[in-house]
Amino acid sequence: MMSDVAQNQFNIKEYIRQDLFPHFMCPGCGHGIALRALLNAVHDLDIDKNKLAVVSGIGCSGRVGAYIDANTFHTTHGRPLAFATGLKLARPDLEVIVITGDGDCLAIGGNHMIHACRRNLNLTCLMLNNEVYGMTGGQVSPTTSMDRFTTTTQYGNYEPVFDACKLAEGAGAGFIGREMTLQTPALRDLIKEAISHQGFSFVEVLSDCTEVFGRKNDLGESAEMVLAQKAGYRSDSYGTVVDEPFKPRGMQTGVLLRTERPEYAATYQQHNAEKLKQ
Amino acid sequence: MSANQNLQNLQGNHACALAAIRAGCRLYAGYPITPSSEIAESMSAELPKVGGVFVQMEDEIASMGAVIGASAGGVKAMTATSGPGFSLKQENLGYAALTEIPCVIVNVMRGGPSTGMPTRPAQGDIMQARWGTHGDHPTLVLAPWSVEEVYAETIRAFNLAELLRTPVIILFDETIGHLVETVDLTHFLDLEITDRKWADSKTKGFKPYADPGDGIPVMARPGDGHRVHTTGLTHGENGFPTQDAELVAQFMSRLLGKIEKHRDEVEHIDVRHCDDADVVIVAYGITARAAHRAVGMLREQGVRAGLFRPLTLWPFPEAAFKAATGHADLVLVPEMNAGQLILEVERLVSEKTRVAGVNIFFGDPITPQQIVEKAEVELNDE
Ligand SMILES: Cc1ncc(C[n+]2csc(CCOP(=O)(O)OP(=O)(O)O)c2C)c(N)n1
Ligand code: SF4
Ligand SMILES: [Mg+2]
Repeated sequence: MMSDVAQNQFNIKEYIRQDLFPHFMCPGCGHGIALRALLNAVHDLDIDKNKLAVVSGIGCSGRVGAYIDANTFHTTHGRPLAFATGLKLARPDLEVIVITGDGDCLAIGGNHMIHACRRNLNLTCLMLNNEVYGMTGGQVSPTTSMDRFTTTTQYGNYEPVFDACKLAEGAGAGFIGREMTLQTPALRDLIKEAISHQGFSFVEVLSDCTEVFGRKNDLGESAEMVLAQKAGYRSDSYGTVVDEPFKPRGMQTGVLLRTERPEYAATYQQHNAEKLKQ
Repeated sequence: MSANQNLQNLQGNHACALAAIRAGCRLYAGYPITPSSEIAESMSAELPKVGGVFVQMEDEIASMGAVIGASAGGVKAMTATSGPGFSLKQENLGYAALTEIPCVIVNVMRGGPSTGMPTRPAQGDIMQARWGTHGDHPTLVLAPWSVEEVYAETIRAFNLAELLRTPVIILFDETIGHLVETVDLTHFLDLEITDRKWADSKTKGFKPYADPGDGIPVMARPGDGHRVHTTGLTHGENGFPTQDAELVAQFMSRLLGKIEKHRDEVEHIDVRHCDDADVVIVAYGITARAAHRAVGMLREQGVRAGLFRPLTLWPFPEAAFKAATGHADLVLVPEMNAGQLILEVERLVSEKTRVAGVNIFFGDPITPQQIVEKAEVELNDE
């Protein structure tokens, strides 16, 4: 009996490419925690590694995909959702998971993001939001909170932020959730729900960049950074505007939306089969 | 009279779509743009009939990404575009070249730069097709001159993409894209279709970028158990990023060398009347049809003229070109651009040969008369 339990226990070593270690992440970086939560979810759902395809963009977030012992695709900046769309349409038998960053997904990849939500193809997208362009040395991103110092906001940030989950909702994503790296079990469970959902699932992971963001802003340890992000600091960026979506408040976490919108590939097959019969 | 089912009146763009499906293409991702849109439209009609997928993406960048994603999954895929859209595809095209994921990109050329003249033919993207994406990369570009040749070269493009694990670009122009001609499909009945080599071993430690000897690594199909990593970062044989100078040198020489190694399969040329030619006209695409006529007109005047037509523009068929122009006094290069392929011609001709361009790119195809006139001017200059 004991051995049964032991066998089913999550052992991260079974899911990572250990020969690539030591890894590139800085001490305190939240991206590794997100990776662990994802792999734990993959384990719990009993997904065959051979059928798992992880498609990532460019950034520190994009780099974590390489550590997964699966079919991994490190694509171009902002475009992982476009690649994943082609891959999933060609190979519906694969479980396709996209890992992207706040810059990758919302700036250069914003167009692909909204259309991936709109199509509602059965993909799972994890956006690791650390409020900054980590890889390139800490430049401002579309999710950087007001007044934060980055290498390209030398006097503090003055641009309004993006709420990725609101964007996903407006564009039609089938499943939307948000969780902090701080709550790893909750994050794991949220990712499990996202993967299980038939349709486009978007998960915003509140992650942190200790090295080129936290230190600059005196934000303390990684846990404090993530809490500051969640506390809704960034909502202030809309100033006195009090339209409902922008009211200053803490960010909600957990499952934010679940719909039964028709899934893209199934609709494509069914629709054309019917029309061609006529 | 029994109608021959194999004789079909096809538009160039339509022929391209049908040939792609014939070659095994089962996913098309694109974004509408004149004068290439009919390719997407035909694919939208035809692919569902053969169990394939047509998807209109949000832009050309996404189209190129989706095509690469599909092909990485093992499904032959194509996209088509024109001018501005071709510019947008460049970054991901480089990704396909570096990661060695086969795919086909059609560029139906129109007047440029920028939005230019969307409904007018041009040949202004010859150098972009060669050098458009950043960094040194292998390039394979085909340029058909008729609707039937669009059909043939599209199939050849897929075969070469699969054989060499590389993106293949097909360049034609608005005239050929919209031209309707009779295609005799009996010419293609026994056509061979090439499929890439798949790795069969499921052993751990499979090296996705190891050179089996011919410079073309065997591809791992996702799901078959190899679990490989694919990245646009310069990588070693194991597929993982490297900056080790020796490994990078090894990788780059294999990547750039693999097309060179297969020049025999890659090069396709059409040489007419060059044996005794004093004047050789080097032309491609629709312009070569005018050049062909011009050769006839010059011959009637007693000028020994010939035609050298590379169907493979890149890599440029150097040896065949040198053989065809070896004793020519004059090489004429008519192009619907300000002078692009002529640069390659000038690089390769012998010292005693003069080179002159016929560069008319103002919205109409070049006529045989314009080429003949230029030849006369050049010959009288001598
Ligand atoms: C086309 C292109 N533009 C710019 C870059 C440079 N670049 C690499 S990563 C990156 C930002 C990544 O930020 P994010 O997506 O937030 O990921 P993080 O590193 O923070 O995880 C940029 C701008 C690039 N690789 N490609
Ligand atoms: S730079 Fe920031 S995001 Fe990148 S690994 Fe370091 S802490 Fe993480
Ligand atoms: Mg970031």
